[in-house]
Amino acid sequence: MSASLSDKQIQHLYWRTGFGISSLELKYIREFSKQQIIDHLFSKSKQETPLTLDFGDLLKNQRGLSREERKEFRKLRNQKMLELNVLWIKQLTETKQVLREKMTLFFHDHFAVRLKTPRASLHLNNVIRKHALGNFGDMLMEVSKSPAMLLFLNNRQNRKNSPNENFAREVMELFTLGIDNGYTEKDIKEAARAFTGWNFNKNGSFVFRKNQHDYESKTFLGKTGNFTGEDIIKILLDQKQTARYITEKIYQYFVNEKINPNHIEELAATFYESNYSLDILMRKIFMSNWFYESQNIGIKIKSPIELIVGISKPFHVVYKDPKVLIYLQRKLNQTLFRPPNVAGWPGGKSWIDNSTLMLRLKLASVTLNSGVIEWHDQNDMEETSIMRQKLYKKMKTRVEKKVKATPNWKSFLTSLQQRDKEELVNFIIQPKLSNGASTIITKLDPSNTKNFIIELMSLPEYQLC
Amino acid sequence: MDRRDFLKQSVFASGMALVPSFLKGMEFLTPDQLSGYKNIIIIQLSGGNDGLNSIIPISNDIYHSLRPTISKKATQTLKITNDLAFNDNLRAIKELYDQGEVSIINNVGYPNPNRSHFRSTDIWQTASDTNQYLSTGWVGRYLDANCQHPYQAIEVDNSLSLTMKGNQMNGMAVSDPNQLYRTTREPFFNKLVDSTHKDMLDEDNQGYLYKTMLETYSSASYIYETSKTYKTNTEYPQSLFAKNLKTIADFIVSGLKTRVFYSSLGGFDSHVNQLNSQDRLLGIYSEAVGALVKDLKKNNRFKDTLILTFSEFGRRVQQNGSRGTDHGAANNVLAIGGSLKKAGVYNELPNLSNLDTNGDIRYSVDFRSIYATILGNWLEVDDKNILNKDFSQLTFI
Repeated sequence: MSASLSDKQIQHLYWRTGFGISSLELKYIREFSKQQIIDHLFSKSKQETPLTLDFGDLLKNQRGLSREERKEFRKLRNQKMLELNVLWIKQLTETKQVLREKMTLFFHDHFAVRLKTPRASLHLNNVIRKHALGNFGDMLMEVSKSPAMLLFLNNRQNRKNSPNENFAREVMELFTLGIDNGYTEKDIKEAARAFTGWNFNKNGSFVFRKNQHDYESKTFLGKTGNFTGEDIIKILLDQKQTARYITEKIYQYFVNEKINPNHIEELAATFYESNYSLDILMRKIFMSNWFYESQNIGIKIKSPIELIVGISKPFHVVYKDPKVLIYLQRKLNQTLFRPPNVAGWPGGKSWIDNSTLMLRLKLASVTLNSGVIEWHDQNDMEETSIMRQKLYKKMKTRVEKKVKATPNWKSFLTSLQQRDKEELVNFIIQPKLSNGASTIITKLDPSNTKNFIIELMSLPEYQLC
Repeated sequence: MDRRDFLKQSVFASGMALVPSFLKGMEFLTPDQLSGYKNIIIIQLSGGNDGLNSIIPISNDIYHSLRPTISKKATQTLKITNDLAFNDNLRAIKELYDQGEVSIINNVGYPNPNRSHFRSTDIWQTASDTNQYLSTGWVGRYLDANCQHPYQAIEVDNSLSLTMKGNQMNGMAVSDPNQLYRTTREPFFNKLVDSTHKDMLDEDNQGYLYKTMLETYSSASYIYETSKTYKTNTEYPQSLFAKNLKTIADFIVSGLKTRVFYSSLGGFDSHVNQLNSQDRLLGIYSEAVGALVKDLKKNNRFKDTLILTFSEFGRRVQQNGSRGTDHGAANNVLAIGGSLKKAGVYNELPNLSNLDTNGDIRYSVDFRSIYATILGNWLEVDDKNILNKDFSQLTFI
């Protein structure tokens, strides 16, 4: 492959590492070599912007609260969880540190934690962001010791003589080795003993409670010693399988659900030899030739967050009522900070069923055009068209009242470089069009660019990137 | 016809608002045909329900000694026999039990049990061996082999579980039939569906999107049109789970030609302070099922209904350090129905003095024997073909 990328390939890179590319940015990037584009992408993500939220009365000591006050406390806590969700969506949509945020989204799913406590959730999110392009081993260690993880997988209750296996099992099954990859039930029990005493204090700082720790000898993955939790994590990072498992998950998320064993072998070796540098691993993926091959383009089903942010971003959509964003996430089965369970969102085809698909297809029109996908039939009588316009108007008022989303079409259309039908299709749609969609598109009138774009974004093809 | 009506009609005719052509000639079951149309409702208690604190070996000393702070006292339970009692939050289930409408099957599991929620759920949903990875569910394979329409298996939930996914056909996930129907009225989508044919679709993700779209179209109006004929007036509890069972009752009584319904209740992963959380959930389960059965009885459909309740695994016999229990193995399964052949306690109680090396209950009934029984004896299809193996059938139905 030559040193420069086609528009489609640049769009591919920007969809996978972020939420698509704007028309202006594409015009600018197009002149770069592949190496330059990738350097640009990484340099943009050098900095990090942690999320911050004013927790107000949540920081007060809860002791001695009356029943009524406790109820208020819980209400405020739920309120802050929602604010946190919307805050992150906003950051995902507006950030310049696109790749860092996308990596954070990936690890938000990998280290899936579902809590009612906004402080712990926010803290974990910032820990992940900090290491998102850094060292996976450091991330794993800090995540394991975060209040969010200690709470969620019950390590606070894990004590000498009365172990709780929850974290020990999941750290192997989900965070490092992958299920049934070289550990036994016995290893889980021994690891649980090593994690005894891990806890956190009132300020949310990690503490090691010596009197709850089991100091006896443990045998874990064939090694014997007076292991602590840190030792267990180090032993897990020593396993090549950990590098392979993380590489596979990253590959399936950023490249293709279907794994190419040769690619994995090479990537995992690099990842392991680099002592788990995410920067090196990700650069290697995006610098490869195979990443840009057609079998990897336009084949991934967008996650609901990718879909929502991908629609909002180019139009700078303002949601007057942030609850709408929560509602959409819930209906599409992906609410940030609320993964279904510790395994995260299963992704891929499982995003799609009868209900979610129909809503996904309607989403662009609902967000960008008050719910209307204008359809003109050439055989329509004039009266029919008039009737139709009336119905559209009614629908618009109804949807506007409910959704309260304001897109900026003017700025979108002025900066749009793509003009004719073919250019627009190639810019909006990543995969090759199906026969059905091609037939429909030949009938569409591109002279009204706004309607034409809504129609393109309502095709099943738009669900893919 | 005045001008206004004429206009309206031409709008309808162009596909704007009304009945699409495939609805014509759609069959509905008449009250006569309704009777005898057997169905099964599968309820999954997600997270691993602690069976030992649900149906309690109350006279067993090992049970009490291994669970010093979380075992149930006899006074907190509803007696079944001298040795067995229901958790007292299962009051509605106990009432059904007393009428001979419940069969308790003990020690259900599979060889070499896996204690991961996700893996064990997959094993239960695909009916696989512990080391076998299948991408289709057992109900999905039933659809493939024996059904013509996706709506013959409906999951009342936001998403479709693996159980319901077949090779050629998936079941439907419906939480709100009206809403689903409304979204299929869009003229643009109608055009798209018209110009797409199933046989030109590939197996890839894009093909899957189109396939799902076509299936949604072919089933949404049927479900909507049929289910609006009956809306229950039986009182259901306020929980989301009860609301889902109510939707199922509406479907059954309306005469929807659906054989399998699926719903789940989550939150059973009780590593910490399990008594409160489990008791609360069992209450939600029991009250909702109680209302459902009452509704079905009132409409004379309970005799054609079987309700199967399972969880991906039971929990460890010995409590852990935080008044909870860790992941275990074999567990009890409930079969509730108006036409049981063998109600009561179906088989021997768990043997707590002969646990496996993890301290978990050993299985004596393979869960796939229960599936085989349901497929062969209740839905009357070839179970071996669907389960890829010959499992001995039980006699509860």
